[in-house]
Amino acid sequence: MSAIAVSTIINGDDVEFLCQPDETLLDVLRNRLGLLGAKEGCGTGDCGACSTILDGRVVCACLVLGAEAEGRTIETIEGMAEGKELHPLQRKFIEHAALQCGICTPGFLVTAKALLEVNPDPTEAEIRFWLAGNLCRCTGYDKIVRAVQDAAREMRGEVA
Amino acid sequence: MSFDVTFQEKKLKSVGTRPLRPDGVDKVTGRARYGADFNMPGQLVARVLRSPHAHARIVRIDTARAEALRGVKAVITAADLPDLTDGNASLFAVLDNCMARTKALYDGHAVAAVAAIDAKVARAALKLIKVEYEVLPHVVDVDEAARPDAPIINDQVFTKGVEPTPDTPSNVAARSEFGHGDVEAGFAKADVIVERSYKTEQTHQGYIEPHACVASCNADGTADLWVCTQGHFVYRQTCADLLGLEVSKLRVTSSEIGGGFGGKTHVWTEPVALALSRKAGRPVKLVMSREEVFRASGPTSATSIDIKIGATKDGKIAAATSTLRYTSGPYADTWAEIGAMTSFACYDLENVKTVGIEVVVNRPKVAAYRAPSAPMAAFAVESAIDELAHKIGMDAVEMRIKNAAKEGTRASYGPVYGPIGIGPTLEAARVHPHMSAPLGKNQGRGMACGFWFNFGGQTCTDLNISADGTVTLAVGTVDVGGARASLSLIAAEELGIAYDNIKAVVADTATLGYNDMTDGSRGTFSSSMATISAARNAIKVMRERAALMWDIPVEDVYWEEGQARAAGSKYGNLSPLSVKDIAAEAGNTGGPIAGHSELVADGAGVSFATHICDVEVDPETGATSVIRYTVIQDAGKAVHPAYVEGQYQGGAAQGIGWALNEEYIYGEDGRLQNPGFLDYRIPVCSDLPMIDTQILEIPNPNHPYGVRGVGETSIVPPLAAVANAVSNAVGVRMTHVPISPPRILAALHDQAGT
Amino acid sequence: MFYERPQTIEDAVGMLARNVDNAFVLAGGTDLLVRMKRDDFDADLIVDIKAIRGMAEISETDGMFIIGAAVPCAALGEHQALKAAWPGVVEAANLIGSTQIQGRCTIAGNLCNASPAADSIPALVAAGARAKIVGPDGSRTVAVEEIPVGPGKTSLKPGELLEAIELPKPPPHSADAYLRFIPRTEMDIAVVGAAVNLTLDASGTVKSARVALGAVAPTVVLAEAAAQAIIGTKLEDDALDALAAACSAACNPIDDKRGTTTFRKHVAGVLGKRAARNAYDRAGGA
Repeated sequence: MSAIAVSTIINGDDVEFLCQPDETLLDVLRNRLGLLGAKEGCGTGDCGACSTILDGRVVCACLVLGAEAEGRTIETIEGMAEGKELHPLQRKFIEHAALQCGICTPGFLVTAKALLEVNPDPTEAEIRFWLAGNLCRCTGYDKIVRAVQDAAREMRGEVA
Repeated sequence: MSFDVTFQEKKLKSVGTRPLRPDGVDKVTGRARYGADFNMPGQLVARVLRSPHAHARIVRIDTARAEALRGVKAVITAADLPDLTDGNASLFAVLDNCMARTKALYDGHAVAAVAAIDAKVARAALKLIKVEYEVLPHVVDVDEAARPDAPIINDQVFTKGVEPTPDTPSNVAARSEFGHGDVEAGFAKADVIVERSYKTEQTHQGYIEPHACVASCNADGTADLWVCTQGHFVYRQTCADLLGLEVSKLRVTSSEIGGGFGGKTHVWTEPVALALSRKAGRPVKLVMSREEVFRASGPTSATSIDIKIGATKDGKIAAATSTLRYTSGPYADTWAEIGAMTSFACYDLENVKTVGIEVVVNRPKVAAYRAPSAPMAAFAVESAIDELAHKIGMDAVEMRIKNAAKEGTRASYGPVYGPIGIGPTLEAARVHPHMSAPLGKNQGRGMACGFWFNFGGQTCTDLNISADGTVTLAVGTVDVGGARASLSLIAAEELGIAYDNIKAVVADTATLGYNDMTDGSRGTFSSSMATISAARNAIKVMRERAALMWDIPVEDVYWEEGQARAAGSKYGNLSPLSVKDIAAEAGNTGGPIAGHSELVADGAGVSFATHICDVEVDPETGATSVIRYTVIQDAGKAVHPAYVEGQYQGGAAQGIGWALNEEYIYGEDGRLQNPGFLDYRIPVCSDLPMIDTQILEIPNPNHPYGVRGVGETSIVPPLAAVANAVSNAVGVRMTHVPISPPRILAALHDQAGT
Repeated sequence: MFYERPQTIEDAVGMLARNVDNAFVLAGGTDLLVRMKRDDFDADLIVDIKAIRGMAEISETDGMFIIGAAVPCAALGEHQALKAAWPGVVEAANLIGSTQIQGRCTIAGNLCNASPAADSIPALVAAGARAKIVGPDGSRTVAVEEIPVGPGKTSLKPGELLEAIELPKPPPHSADAYLRFIPRTEMDIAVVGAAVNLTLDASGTVKSARVALGAVAPTVVLAEAAAQAIIGTKLEDDALDALAAACSAACNPIDDKRGTTTFRKHVAGVLGKRAARNAYDRAGGA
């Protein structure tokens, strides 16, 4: 087994890395690139804590090989805020107390951002089903759903 | 300085508001560091080899080939750990659970571990370790294990708590009993009696973050441990005890913790990581996989419970008994005893008897899970009370109100209650709009009550005032769900300064005195008490400094709204000194200003809740959806109401998962069939409705602001609330949790005689 | 182990043919990567087919839709013409896993993974879909139900690769539907799955039908007796009851961690009935 050289774009920047053929994108992000925001809660695509956007689609980074990133575009939680300016979803999660332990939060934010990009005005049911692959054990999801609804309202330019 | 814990009614400015949490930005940007987010130079990767057998004698372990593999730096088995066989039995059990010494006692029990230069080498090394097992008969079911002919798991277990002590070993480790009055006489007076048996399956806390740590032992006897834990001081003590380390030379830092719910109050792999590091002479990182988390950490007890309750026609309970059999995994523990204590704690009973029976089985060692042992007992008791109310023809809430415990009630487990919230939560439920909302076809409503003791314990806090008047608050209770925000509010309240001027951190074990775990709903209760005490001590210092600055007697300086003020008309022209003013002069008035506190937070104040649940059941498939849910709970005083609501909602969601779908499923071979989130089905976002909350505030007399713990009680009522709702929807009493679709459908078919 | 990303299907077939013993095809990877994490997994070669031209596209001819083997299931739901023609196939494909899984998983992978509980397989079978296979000896096209031959086992020969799924354009007054039972609302593997595809005549009478069941036998079940039960009917109650009974009778399930034999048999009938009603309504039946 020998390492593969990969060129990709992560959060808008050109990034090159070497990885093993069986190494996941999550391991590459966390262990090689120091992008520790995506978490490994299960390693089998069941918890969503490693949600990452790959060429515009939200995926579990634990179910993508690092080698597959060649020539593709990746967005992670680290790229969500614009410099010091938090994304509305990030602000609303804090305002609504939509996190307790916070381990699932990066995954929820990345997944919710992908939702609002394709559906700026989702119903509660649409939010709940879109987020069903992101497990949270602390909140019972109530405040998470409210935070997403509120962020969507703000992003649509409606007064809260 | 003595510290008066007595509740004092006063208007609070900061406490009760909802500011942004101090760790929020780190957590929404991915910067917060959890157990697996830390690395050390030269760090090795560790993996654990686990038994595939539910019960087997370890005949031989050959590690030679693994040790010879290039890149492997250490391999350990129990032979590399201290032999505590003839020492303290509970320490022995903890260490034996971390690494099996003579027998593998459950599927997933650790038998060896390796540390290697990377994960690939560690994985290859595991395959090179040869373990010879002698497979033994196993037993995983609570009732089967308690039978006299069951395979014996530990031949040193002789039932405690029975006279005379048996002379043959069994899997029944202990019997305990609580109660008062004469239950037989009580039942004789009863007009209606409900007698039923219930079962609950084993569940897991299901925290999203697997156990993770980085251990580094140095040649000079010092060691560091970075770990996700609910109690780093307790981990330090336990690891030191197990491995023969000096307590103060082991520095434990608690990472951000990705959920614990009791599961991170016990050590699992941390002693193994330390032992590997000690042997390899390098730092070692050990992260459990999700499968390992399920197979080898933290489940709660599986139970089998018999309830008998009798009441007179007017709805007054005449007598009640419960016999509760709880599994504890392969080591004896006290989970049934706790269940027995909680089972009738909501009620004012003249005649009551509860019996707890501890059963050892070939399953992972049971760990605390949010109000441990109480939800199963409440499921059985609250189901029976519901049935009793139906039989008498009385409203379920009215029946409970009639029998609710109140101030002065002698609890079934002994103590006499002070002011408590069970009555008020029931009264609130009675008039809650949820109770009178219309129900549709195939829908049913249920309600249930729950109790939890709450805990206080040893606590230590430092409050340091910086030169610019801002404050750092160092606490020793791990923040599992927003406690830094709550404790900052407490400090702001007491000092009279703005919340934003306070930065709360969780200190490591080298920088603060001992603290008990964040368990028993004690984090905010006990650390807020210590914070108030520390703040008052700091205020005392600031008054002294102000007196120096003004050159007046300290007795004439008082503290109000964040300022030192001179008392009396003779100092009329002295403008008050703010924290900032006093801090700026600290270097000239005696040096740094700080307040410390060390205390045992007694008087935690018991907690009660009432939940209301509506479900819709598809009678053709047994699929159940929770369509409305309300939590009413006494918080004593809600310090940060948003996070109190979060505790209510989170506990309810876990309880709903337990009620409907979560369970450990074992095969005939004693192996766990569903060690993953795919088939261990915790609720997903689309499974739940919004969860309404109502916070009641019945002040705890033993806390200056009236605070009670709020974390755990919310998981106690849901099993029964959901079961009662389903039973009301389908017309069949559901007695086996989880109430999964096949169980509902089977019950419906049984009822229809098909 | 090696990772290859061939640009042509010929290259892919060549690679697979040279490593017949221990090569794996990577499309969405949602099953393969889970397997790769197991300590007992071993492979010589992973062939990523996503860079092969056309593999990640849905194309349309006069007579059929051709879904490349690397098309993620989410893309099926975004293809309006496909969704209108085969709503049942699309709803089945869109039930697999989560939003995240949808962005990666493919119906070709679902088929080749050959899980008895696969969501898309009953819908594809009911729809009469065909699988285009290429291999060292050229290409062949077979009915999808011929691919899975047992749990985790397929009829693909060494070196063969599934290139695309072909779905015929349905005749007028046709529709399909898929329903599955899971204990939660999402994220579960089907305990029972039922797909119904039917065509009505001008009077609203079922002219032809196919009923397929998942998770009730080692491989997908094409329940012909269930289809017969509704052909010539307007889904009157007795026809639906006969369909349900035939579905239950066609099952050969096991007791496992996801459900019991009794439960699966019963629910197969319930879902067969409900799916038939959905399909009938979609086809314009009154």
